[in-house]
Amino acid sequence: MLASIFDSVTASVSGGAYLAARATRECKTLGIMGERQREDQGMSKVRVLVGTRKGAFVLEADGQRKKWNISGPHFGGWEIYHVKGSPANPERLYASQTSGWFGQIIQRSDDGGKTWHQPGTPPGEPAKTPDGMPKGESNKFAYDASPATGKPLTTHQWYDGSQRPWEFKRVWHLEPSLTDPDTVYAGVEDAALFRSTDGGENWKELSGLRGHGTGPQWQPGAGGLCLHTIIEDPKNPKRIFVAISSAGAFRTDDGGTTWKPINRGLKSQYIPDPNAEIGHCVHRIAMHPSRPNVLFMQKHWDVLRSDDAGDSWREVSGNLPSDFGFVIDVNANEPETIYVVPIKSDSEHFPPDGKLRVYRSRSGGNEWEALTNGLPQHDCYVNVLRDAMAVDSLDKCGVYFGTTGGQVYASADVGDTWAPIVRDLPPVLSVEVQTLR
Amino acid sequence: MIRVVIPHHLRTLARVGSEVALDVKGEVTQRAVLDALEAGYPMLRGTIRDHTTRERRAFVRFFACQRDLSHESPDAPLPDDVASGKEPFLVIGAIAGG
Repeated sequence: MLASIFDSVTASVSGGAYLAARATRECKTLGIMGERQREDQGMSKVRVLVGTRKGAFVLEADGQRKKWNISGPHFGGWEIYHVKGSPANPERLYASQTSGWFGQIIQRSDDGGKTWHQPGTPPGEPAKTPDGMPKGESNKFAYDASPATGKPLTTHQWYDGSQRPWEFKRVWHLEPSLTDPDTVYAGVEDAALFRSTDGGENWKELSGLRGHGTGPQWQPGAGGLCLHTIIEDPKNPKRIFVAISSAGAFRTDDGGTTWKPINRGLKSQYIPDPNAEIGHCVHRIAMHPSRPNVLFMQKHWDVLRSDDAGDSWREVSGNLPSDFGFVIDVNANEPETIYVVPIKSDSEHFPPDGKLRVYRSRSGGNEWEALTNGLPQHDCYVNVLRDAMAVDSLDKCGVYFGTTGGQVYASADVGDTWAPIVRDLPPVLSVEVQTLR
Repeated sequence: MIRVVIPHHLRTLARVGSEVALDVKGEVTQRAVLDALEAGYPMLRGTIRDHTTRERRAFVRFFACQRDLSHESPDAPLPDDVASGKEPFLVIGAIAGG
């Protein structure tokens, strides 16, 4: 009986971190953790997807996470803002390749990063359908101009308070669907959310976000007006969370048709109205899939949590040396264990005192401990950007982050000790992890 | 055939060498050449001209026969030496940034 349950659980988890984490928890319940742990160490594989200023890299190791095989650069010379695998098919990867010269490219791999192609125009295949139409326009992100879908054709606020038209610049974040490898969301600059349901060949804006009413008040942060966080609710497929710098966090409960701001409780000193509905520079949101109503946020300043799916937030910065930062993530096996990397300030984007420290809270915030073992503790002045931290879902949760100095650090023991996987990549823009069983 | 030279990053994207030969119907203009280029290599759509406006991207320049044609009308005839295939039409990534 145990074996059959275990087999079915194992079969169901091949698709991704969330299901793998759930399987691990279920195995704990069944009292077979020792067996599972051995399997984690021996049979599992971890694939780390790294986007940098000058290309993408794929780092792979077995469950021990000690010896790494590094491939890349893929798309050498191009900025790779994000690479992420499908939870439904881990061999399906999506990458955002961008350039100030040549614009946006979407790349897709169907073999775990060994080969890549632009969706709709795979190498060696005709680029057109028999009737002469292009197979796909995978790099075409056209804002919805239809008044019927929420009047999204409007302007947003510029730094000087004037209004500017929306202008597509790049894709910051790609979030594959939890259940369908051909469905993927794209968070773009200027801030909007797009969705493809054909593997990235064509994109359509979910324009209810820009059109819900506050769009004209959105203003870019220092990095641009970017939609950088997309989180799907694993228990409610109609619910999606997004975050925009510097507009704030938003939620849909109807699959992306209508949206509302979820920023109550956020305090931002630069906004005159203490109860402002939007205008907050949210840097990152994280969720544990077992508790989709609990969200953690690293804001420009302040670390916060919500226990009601973003309807209200409270600060949990506690004893952090600085509550400015970009990344935040949740341990795959412990929903109350969270990680941040404090940065000195908004004008000094490096760790306080030149010490690169990950801070861990095992109480869901407020009480934080510095994790320093294996990280540079003097003369370190790198930054860790918002998409550059991720976790695996092995029994001892692995934690990974990349720096603007080109290092990718990994911990195979929930953050207790760290070691660099690589030291000298181009500046790291994003880190994602796949746990493969 | 019209000869078009494209920059390194677009060569890797289109999986071609430095120079592409194109059959352009009718009058040889920037627009006709770029339309033919994008028809033959759809992965280049949006990389030289904006997907929606069809305007030249800001950091891309066009040269031919020792002349900067970037600000010429897209419908102006290209030099005879380009139309005859004697000289290539050059798509250049402008020197900017690092």
